[in-house]
Amino acid sequence: MQKAIDIKENTDKFEELLRYIESQDKSQGILMQTLHKAQEIFGYLPIEVQKFISEKTKIPMAEIYGVATFYTQFSLEPKGQYTVGVCMGTACYVKSAQLVLDRLQQELKIKVGETTEDNVFSIQATRCLGCCGLAPVMMIGEDVYGKVDPKDIPNILKNYR
Amino acid sequence: MEKVNVTINGKKISVPSDYTVLFAAREAGIDIPTLCYLKDINEIAACRLCVVEVDIKGRPMRNLPASCVLKVEEGMNIRTNTSRVREAVRTNLELILANHNRECLTCFRNGTCELQKLCDEMGVDDIAYEGEKRRPILDQVSMSIVRDSSKCILCGRCVNMCKQVQGIGILDFTRRGFETEIAPAFDFSMADSPCVYCGQCIQACPVAALRERTNIDDVWDALEDPEKFVVVQTAPAVRASLGEEFGMPVGTRVTGKMVAALRRLGFDKVFDTDFTADLTILEEGTELLGRIKNGGKLPMITSCSPGWIRYCETFYPEFVENLSSCKSPQQMFGAIAKSYYAKKIGIDPKNMVVVSIMPCIAKKTEANRLEMQVDGIRDVDFSLTTRELGNMIKQGRVDFKKLSDENFDLILGEYSGAGVIFGATGGVMEAALRTVADVLTGQDLENIEYHVVRGLDGVKEASVVLPVDGVDTEIKVAVAHGTKNAAKVLDAVKAGEKSYHFIEIMACPGGCVHGGGQSHVSAKERLDVNPKVSRANALYAEDAIMVNRKSHKNPEISKLYAEFLVEPNGHLSHKLLHTHYKVKKQYQIENQDDFEELIRK
Ligand code: SF4
Ligand code: SF4
Ligand code: SF4
Ligand code: FES
Ligand code: FES
Repeated sequence: MQKAIDIKENTDKFEELLRYIESQDKSQGILMQTLHKAQEIFGYLPIEVQKFISEKTKIPMAEIYGVATFYTQFSLEPKGQYTVGVCMGTACYVKSAQLVLDRLQQELKIKVGETTEDNVFSIQATRCLGCCGLAPVMMIGEDVYGKVDPKDIPNILKNYR
Repeated sequence: MEKVNVTINGKKISVPSDYTVLFAAREAGIDIPTLCYLKDINEIAACRLCVVEVDIKGRPMRNLPASCVLKVEEGMNIRTNTSRVREAVRTNLELILANHNRECLTCFRNGTCELQKLCDEMGVDDIAYEGEKRRPILDQVSMSIVRDSSKCILCGRCVNMCKQVQGIGILDFTRRGFETEIAPAFDFSMADSPCVYCGQCIQACPVAALRERTNIDDVWDALEDPEKFVVVQTAPAVRASLGEEFGMPVGTRVTGKMVAALRRLGFDKVFDTDFTADLTILEEGTELLGRIKNGGKLPMITSCSPGWIRYCETFYPEFVENLSSCKSPQQMFGAIAKSYYAKKIGIDPKNMVVVSIMPCIAKKTEANRLEMQVDGIRDVDFSLTTRELGNMIKQGRVDFKKLSDENFDLILGEYSGAGVIFGATGGVMEAALRTVADVLTGQDLENIEYHVVRGLDGVKEASVVLPVDGVDTEIKVAVAHGTKNAAKVLDAVKAGEKSYHFIEIMACPGGCVHGGGQSHVSAKERLDVNPKVSRANALYAEDAIMVNRKSHKNPEISKLYAEFLVEPNGHLSHKLLHTHYKVKKQYQIENQDDFEELIRK
């Protein structure tokens, strides 16, 4: 499990979430939108946040965790400062995008969906980015890298640390 | 209710319009296989073993619908026994089996498993899909409950039992697709989750994915150790269920056979927890009168159910002071056996092993609680479930059904009818009222049956007018069973809507007779019998034939006070029979203190 978040430092965020929960009509299912709001506020859904939601809505923790792990739009891990997206679309795939991804995971010592210890990078495998001519394609934040050679990855990453 | 006409396998039948096809078929004497369906509790159509062919208004439905959730319609034509249906059921079974740890021979549920039975009945003889299996998680950290994901078939029965019936929600569907797993939040072990060990999820599970942590071998070892004097106590509810382990009808009372079987297994003395149930009434009744007279914390709440104690400590810490300080009858028994009784028969308590047979899995953890000992000697060494005793009797090759009835040993085997009914919801309250009414009126009252506190209503209330210090006082009581009903009563008390002097709470719906350690009754069988009712009836029947039906009239209890304890709630009682509680955190995290501060704001 990732590092505990600092509750004291984030009190404002918890208060914002609480205001949102209190503004909801409790007679209807409010879990989905509450988790969306929480993800928007915190960037991810750590245990402290889920415990908080459970406490304030009386929805059992397991149900909250179940929903948070079912939908891919929710994340239990913090997102890094930069999301590194490796295109796994057909064109990139046949141009060995897997090797790009492998090298990236090896270099950052994390897997797809995870974030580096220093919170700088997260890795995502993406669908076609619409620039198949440049396959294999990788994006870091808003920057697009085409015809990526796995060997170049350490150098590319250096620009962001 | 309006009726509709349907045809099932060519047979015309008229059934109420709110029936499902499954129930209409039952009415027509046709058995449709089901696995995920648990009436009123889990109706989520997950397993698709109950599929049927249906024509509506002469037009066949394209897919095979699940009959457990499909409502009947006028003119429906239903076919349950076609090769298309049989093939579909078999395929669905095979798909379940493809991702199942199929080691039936060494499986805890071999013989009581609903999946195994269906495979046999449907003639599954080959598994066409041999695929990858989901990651197996074996969580056996808790002293009470084991979760084995390799056996789970994702039917959801435990989920809805815990969430909807008990109002707790420890287990749920987590992750998705192939990774789906029934688990506590954040993969907490059951021991670190706020699970109260009521074991109702075990009662709901059709397979071996949830079960008790077993202590059978510990008990065999003790029995074989020549140095050890091994005594056994049986909780009231066990006698109403044990026979089911041997194919007897649900709720058969087997008190005499149970005693005989325990002797065959080699226990040196066969005693009854009912004895300390009687003792509990004297200690708890005295405590209650003390609190009423001296302005102590009210309402006082019973403390016999360790599942309830865990629930209170975790979810309603503000009521911990309301709990009676009495240990549960199981623990009182151990404490008395290893002091009073050991001394009487001249045995060193260090060489005595106390085994208890309980309808409960929470009792295992209770027996291991740090404070459940006196001068470094554990009250109870091993606590087994009714099911485990059934297994021991089988392992010991005792022919249970052929045994003749035998009686409990003296002196800790002496009990009153009041002690027996402890096993059913309302029983502790009724037993307490029998004694408190006698004590306060100074009479030997004849009217001792309190029917208002019996039965399966979630919350039962009663009031009796009794003289307290010469003044007629209305004593108000309530009884709740199942943690969801407990929450209802506590919330009402907290909100000031209700006030009582005394509340009985049992964690299990129906009380101990439906504890998490009792025999498995399949979802199918539950359509015909209600184990909560049949087993409670067995206990009330035993109470009715007892000569003595009041705890304070148990002659061995009187002797125990005269020779040893001196008086209820006295100095020695406090040392041996009373305890204290502590507040428990839910899903403890690293920065728990900061979190609690945040919540308080
Ligand atoms: S759970 Fe049932 S089917 Fe599975 S191995 Fe055990 S007995 Fe066999
Ligand atoms: S033992 Fe009771 S509280 Fe624990 S998971 Fe099972 S049903 Fe829920
Ligand atoms: S643990 Fe048992 S009851 Fe729960 S989903 Fe799995 S098989 Fe069903
Ligand atoms: S496949 Fe990679 S950009 Fe289209
Ligand atoms: S889908 Fe009907 S019993 Fe499972």
